Amino acid sequence: MVLEDFYYTKEHEWVQVDGETGTIGITDHAQKQLGDIVFVEVPEVDTELEKGDEAASIESVKAVADVFSPVSGTVTAVNEALEDEPEMVNKEAQGAGWLFRLRLSNKSELNDLMNAAAYAKYLEEEEG
Amino acid sequence: MKKTPLNEEHRNLGAKMVDFGGWDMPVQYSGVLEEHIAVRKKVGLFDVSHMGEFTVKGPDALAFVQHVTCNDVSKLAYKQIHYSAFTYPEGTIVDDLLVYRQDENEFFLVVNAANIDKDFDWITSQSSGFDVELKNVSDSYAQLAIQGPEAVKIVETLFGKVAVEMHYYWFDYGTYEGSPCILSRTGYTGEDGFEVYCPPSIAVALWRRSLELGRPYGILPCGLAARDTLRLESKMCLYGNDIDQTTTVLEGGLGWVCKLDKGDFIGADILRQQKEEGLERKLIGFEMADRGIARHGYPVYLEPGGEAVGTVTSGSFAPFLEKNIGLTYLPIEKAKIGTEIYIGIRKKTAKAVVVKTPFYKRQK
Repeated sequence: MVLEDFYYTKEHEWVQVDGETGTIGITDHAQKQLGDIVFVEVPEVDTELEKGDEAASIESVKAVADVFSPVSGTVTAVNEALEDEPEMVNKEAQGAGWLFRLRLSNKSELNDLMNAAAYAKYLEEEEG
Repeated sequence: MKKTPLNEEHRNLGAKMVDFGGWDMPVQYSGVLEEHIAVRKKVGLFDVSHMGEFTVKGPDALAFVQHVTCNDVSKLAYKQIHYSAFTYPEGTIVDDLLVYRQDENEFFLVVNAANIDKDFDWITSQSSGFDVELKNVSDSYAQLAIQGPEAVKIVETLFGKVAVEMHYYWFDYGTYEGSPCILSRTGYTGEDGFEVYCPPSIAVALWRRSLELGRPYGILPCGLAARDTLRLESKMCLYGNDIDQTTTVLEGGLGWVCKLDKGDFIGADILRQQKEEGLERKLIGFEMADRGIARHGYPVYLEPGGEAVGTVTSGSFAPFLEKNIGLTYLPIEKAKIGTEIYIGIRKKTAKAVVVKTPFYKRQK
């Protein structure tokens, strides 16, 4: 599942942009790779993140995955529901399983990310 | 990489495969959480053909197994099994194992896959002066573990009434499609269940038939990930993590299988001395009080910002208990239930509490 109005990273994160706000999560491909997710740690509101900063961590039974912020900005909201329902990331990685929202500080960074078609192609190549 | 006779079956079932000590093994099929719960509530099927099997026969077989292991083999009746450990002269652990008594002087030993060669070399090196014949028969056996409260029904259909009559930690013989099998009421999950040792040639047939028979009971094929979380909830040690060549049998909490009054065995002197003088550290179970999952290798502190006193030997989310649990060695004075400790989880320090183990115990 690769959605059209999303931007993607090679590390399998996504950003959905709405005006000056970006919502960030991990892709459906990433959640499948991780397996059953049992713990999610999100950043605190007001944290200032630079592109590439470690922003969140997601743990399945067997693995720990760091989530790096795909863009720079200030955290305006986090998905608190994931504290009790981390499995939401498995169920709806690109919807209700979102991780945090940023007020984007440099929208030109979006140009470095992949669109849906490019990400789909990247997945194909990665899976060989 | 080494493959079990069931390798194709795993791939056809869509298992995620991993390299486990040189073996290409299934880590999970449908998902570790549902596989774990299936074993606790219904039944699960595991391929554990990578495990090693040795036979010990000869006039001195009993004396020899007494010498190389710490449990009291003379107490075993025929067709009875016990858990034990091969010990080093330092009282530390070569490997943990199951000892099956097949006859007065005939034993079947089941050892960890990663230690097969090490163990066989070790016992061979300790056998001079004993009239015994040691054989590594690991390649002659595949092993299926059928685990969970419904397991007995499947094994009964496969092998007959012998399954129902067998008590926990006893074994018997059966045949499947004319091939001889060893049926053992044992497991590494903390549930009732069986481990079936069979010739590799019938492993696929037995695997498929078990899944078919188990379908009405909700059977799931289960991978090594569920095997690990199941054993941790039941506080069964994993060699290489919780116990190894640096931990003594007593420190590792295996005192219940260490019979210091049985006579001499390798390491007995040191272990007796350690018991008399008291332990300096021991393996304990903890539960996370703060948010966070402790994992193997994470540092353990007695106070935030202090010096690490050790590392987490096993740690995970516990799928049935829905808690984050782990094992670590603590100085004996800090090993009391209720003691607060701290786990370094990447950049943070999270509080945990020493708790009673096993974390999970089945209702009998």
